[in-house]
Amino acid sequence: MRPIRVLVAKPGLDGHDRGAKVIARALRDAGMEVIYTGLRQTPEQIVAAAVQEDVDVVGISILSGAHNYLFPRVVELLNEQSVDDVLIIGGGVIPDEDIPLLKEAGIAEIFTPGTTTTQMIEYIKNNLKRTID
Amino acid sequence: MELIQRMLSGEKRACAKLITAVENNPEEAEKILREIHQYTGNAYVIGITGPPGAGKSTLTDKVVKSLINEGKKVGIIAVDPTSPYSGGSILGDRIRMQDLALNPNVFIRSMGTRGQLGGLSKYTKNALKILDAAGYDYIIIETVGVGQSEVDIVKTADTIVMVMVPGLGDDIQSIKAGIMEIGDIFVINKSDLFGADRTATEVNMMLDLSMAMERRPPVVKVTASRSEGIDDLITEINNHQEYLKTSGKLHTRRKNNLKLEIVELIESELRKIVISHVDSENKLELETDKIITKEKNMYEVRDEFLKKIGER
Repeated sequence: MRPIRVLVAKPGLDGHDRGAKVIARALRDAGMEVIYTGLRQTPEQIVAAAVQEDVDVVGISILSGAHNYLFPRVVELLNEQSVDDVLIIGGGVIPDEDIPLLKEAGIAEIFTPGTTTTQMIEYIKNNLKRTID
Repeated sequence: MELIQRMLSGEKRACAKLITAVENNPEEAEKILREIHQYTGNAYVIGITGPPGAGKSTLTDKVVKSLINEGKKVGIIAVDPTSPYSGGSILGDRIRMQDLALNPNVFIRSMGTRGQLGGLSKYTKNALKILDAAGYDYIIIETVGVGQSEVDIVKTADTIVMVMVPGLGDDIQSIKAGIMEIGDIFVINKSDLFGADRTATEVNMMLDLSMAMERRPPVVKVTASRSEGIDDLITEINNHQEYLKTSGKLHTRRKNNLKLEIVELIESELRKIVISHVDSENKLELETDKIITKEKNMYEVRDEFLKKIGER
């Protein structure tokens, strides 16, 4: 079985990536290959990296409040390239009332503060959109 | 194979999928590599190696920018270490190459070492062949941060750029065997730091000590983060490429690497036969007990196994 490949992405202008790094580290310790592309990425850059790295999961972290634009935009760009085998998840300070809309836009799950890394790892393992044999 | 056609026509997603296949599935890899063999051998391969934090990724970023300005297509394979405990890894080389992500003439792929100790992963060469077939003029392989003896890149690249930084040790470090012997070009990065001149002098002196060298590698002072010295480096890369081509060494170097690769391929098949043989009917276990009880010695056991394998 090959390792699960995850892109951890920080879109937009927020300059705080401690959370993203904690996530990256936890996924590493769970045996996954984590590609971290650094701060202030555009949705276009995130999608280009996801395609070239052929990841199984795109995890987007955002704290700036721009999630209602940036999350759906990433999904839209992936769809444009017919990328349909990637699990897209999000995390950060996301108000509860925004979550249904984001899910409707194609984000499979949103992890808000208080989620344990174990929960997230389990979620990823159980919801991949392709096999990893 | 449909994916191969799409890759050959320049589709990045197909290229990425093929790399995944050759990185993970040996049977699939064989099928793909058999089919693309005729399209490979056109790319020029540059290896960038050096200790952790020397600035390999930043340097790669600048070198690639310079190459694409000349109208070249460039593929990058960036290798980072895999954890020996969890099997996971953080592949962070792209952070220094953010501007390149969207360039249509650039393809970046990160790889974990997955247990290999030579500075590359076992399947880096496979990925290289995909990018080669996909039509990238240059392929840059950035190794993991290396110490003193991770020299697998020598079996893979045409030009090896050894990146060093000031302050890592005295001149005795530079005459040791191993990594210091493989550079075709030496870069002293972070040349704005104190001690850069001294490091450059020490490397130069080390290089002047070797009389037997057919070509004395140049030493280039660079500050990659400020794009200083990159033009000089590109000139030296071109010079080395020219030297390899005119002297016929490019052909010999690639041929020798190919020979090694063939031997490795045969070895790996033989190994499978050996393992299946010694594992069957608990033979290894039983014979090992005989060695422990001094009934036999290791060499007798080896010869018996070889004899039986040969009879098959």
